[in-house]
Amino acid sequence: MAIFVDEHVCNRCGTAEEPMCVRDCPGDLMFIKANDKASITDNRECWDCAACVKVCPTQAIHMQLPTSLVVRGVTLKGRALKHKTTWSIRLRDGEEKTYETPSTGKPPFTPSL
Amino acid sequence: MTTVHAGRVELDCDLLIIGGGAAGCVAAVEAKELDPSLRVIVMEKAHVYRSGCLAAGISALNAYLTPGETAESFLRYAIRETVGVVRDDLTLSMAHELNAQVKRVEDWGLPIPRDEQGHPLKRGRASIKIFGERIKPILGKRAEASGAQILNRINATGLAMRDGRVVGAYGFGVRDGRFYEVRAKCVLIATGGAAGIYRPSNPGMAAHRMWYSPFNTGAGLAMGIRAGAEMTSFEFRFIPLRIKDAIAPTGEIAQWLGAKQINSLGEPYLEKYYEHLGGKRMLTQDRLYATLMECRAGRGPCYLDLRGVNPRKLDGTITSYLSMAPSAAMIMSDEAYYARAGGEMAPVEITGGEPHVVGGHGLSGFWIDEQRRTTLPGLWAAGDVAGGTPKKYASGAWAEAVIAIRDMVEQARARPAAVIEPEEAKTEEARVYAPADAPGGVPAREVEERLQKVMDEYAGGIGVQYGYAEGGLRLARLHLSRLAHELAALSAESPYELMHCHEVIDRVDVAETLVAHMTHRKETRWHCYQERLDFPERDDARYMLFVNSVKGPDGTIRVIERPIVRAEIDVVLPALEDGAMIRGARTRADDPS
Ligand SMILES: Cc1cc2nc3c(=O)[nH]c(=O)nc-3n(C[C@H](O)[C@H](O)[C@H](O)COP(=O)(O)OP(=O)(O)OC[C@H]3O[C@@H](n4cnc5c(N)ncnc54)[C@H](O)[C@@H]3O)c2cc1C
Repeated sequence: MAIFVDEHVCNRCGTAEEPMCVRDCPGDLMFIKANDKASITDNRECWDCAACVKVCPTQAIHMQLPTSLVVRGVTLKGRALKHKTTWSIRLRDGEEKTYETPSTGKPPFTPSL
Repeated sequence: MTTVHAGRVELDCDLLIIGGGAAGCVAAVEAKELDPSLRVIVMEKAHVYRSGCLAAGISALNAYLTPGETAESFLRYAIRETVGVVRDDLTLSMAHELNAQVKRVEDWGLPIPRDEQGHPLKRGRASIKIFGERIKPILGKRAEASGAQILNRINATGLAMRDGRVVGAYGFGVRDGRFYEVRAKCVLIATGGAAGIYRPSNPGMAAHRMWYSPFNTGAGLAMGIRAGAEMTSFEFRFIPLRIKDAIAPTGEIAQWLGAKQINSLGEPYLEKYYEHLGGKRMLTQDRLYATLMECRAGRGPCYLDLRGVNPRKLDGTITSYLSMAPSAAMIMSDEAYYARAGGEMAPVEITGGEPHVVGGHGLSGFWIDEQRRTTLPGLWAAGDVAGGTPKKYASGAWAEAVIAIRDMVEQARARPAAVIEPEEAKTEEARVYAPADAPGGVPAREVEERLQKVMDEYAGGIGVQYGYAEGGLRLARLHLSRLAHELAALSAESPYELMHCHEVIDRVDVAETLVAHMTHRKETRWHCYQERLDFPERDDARYMLFVNSVKGPDGTIRVIERPIVRAEIDVVLPALEDGAMIRGARTRADDPS
């Protein structure tokens, strides 16, 4: 799988401490390069869980499907807020679709199907 | 670059929990709630906020007693699904705990939608909907706040043994390279199951787009095998039926959108495999098997039929996938977009994934008693690493963790501080860091590829459509034993690479035990999961039992058969004809008349 860091946006969480993507990756794949920007050790190792994508406070990280899975040009960004996560999926022709998922606390009412 | 081998750390505690995933986090909280004075340590290879299977989130809890269901009805369902081979005692005691543990995690902040009567929304008879994107941070933060000491980024490698009792564990820092020796009165193993034993269904750059977490590499199973713990039912592999490429669950679409499984002729095909059984008798494994049979009969690939589904309804499904399998959301979103643009929703192709050793879905893992004690005194097991109870999933892992911890807390109170043999610690330290002293040796990835190739081709991987026979298993045994040379030549230049070395060392140990179990069961009980091409029939007279094993100090694996102890429960096993009828369906469908 593949995640990409926009180096113009990443500010290593504005902290000297461990940046959040480096903290949260379940495969220990994220690290900070000499230029103070986050990077992934090896995209082949990525499970595609999007933990780093969501936790990034500047939305500098996006996910892409590898070419070997054929779907190209679709990208995903997300942002974990207090009670929900917001998502945006950019489709092949550039159109952006946005979604929200409740994340903590009392959920919104959902009628049974 | 960090030195691979950088000093050592010694720690003492009452309870050591290895693996801070679903089971481990709840275990830590339970221990501190039962007795705040106990010193509890969690040893976790990643960070408890996003480690293990739950890293991406989940959208359902698949072990729950919905209204009208009881522990007994749950057991009946489990017995049917495993065609009789199941631990009734474990399943019942787990089932009794399920709803209380779900309520507990809900109180910690997990959003669970409820209906007008206050019941969680039902997805299946034992499954409820949740909004679980943040489930792992919720569990991890709670574990952190419990007062337990969390050791993140420590990869456990071995159990410390003294006079036949487990007295702690060893590990190393995947960032700092330090050797850890943790002494404990009681140890819980909760490291999950094993992915990466078989060649994954996706290639190259997408190889880790697999169903199970590729970072759960069977460490706990391997540690137990090396220490001589009894293991059960490894031959019950779990193979998910998934949306192709994304390897995301089909249930989301099948259950929520009511999409049927259809073949490439557009015919719903499941029914014809079980119509004679009065309808809904399809076992989980048979949904996969039937899909495979359709393909073999020339009617593949198979799909979930989304034609006619209102693309707007898909938004709910996409949202669900975002909370669990983000890549599936990307693919679905793309498809839905084209549907909106005027085209018809493309049917979603489905296929089997790669086999895994995972006790939470299947039966494989440590052989445990009702208190979740393993056969090694001082060691308990919970979650995907524990065997005998299928259909456990996340909520069942919580239930097992709580059952284990109650017993551990009792025992720890009465026990003296643990002592580790310095000689043993030294031997383990040398074993752990051997790859650091072998510059220019074999990289872990190459050995992993070799392992996966051997298992795929000779031991029923996706490449051979899951079936296997003695001839291939013999070659699997041979080639696995030869891997010992490669393992001895592994090379690591950083603590991170050292982790990869131990992942593959552990996987090979798991694979050897797996093949021993596959070799022993000379029947076919669970299609695809356990598909003996040389013994295609189910043989209740001979194999209605557990296949267990213990690896001796000399490295030989001794297989043990254990009887099934049925609870006092009326239960109808799937008729023997179930399997026969599947073959019957194929014959009928192939018959040109
Ligand atoms: C893709 C996917 C979707 C799922 N969806 C659902 C669902 O919708 N509903 C449901 O109920 N269940 C679901 N499950 C099942 C559920 O996630 C598991 O059953 C559950 O997480 C098992 O808990 P566990 O604690 O045994 O394993 P995990 O939660 O995986 O925890 C294992 C922990 O051990 C750590 N570890 C591993 N090796 C070592 C080592 N050497 N040293 C230290 N730590 C180590 C790992 O990093 C991890 O934190 C899903 C599973 C997967 C893979």
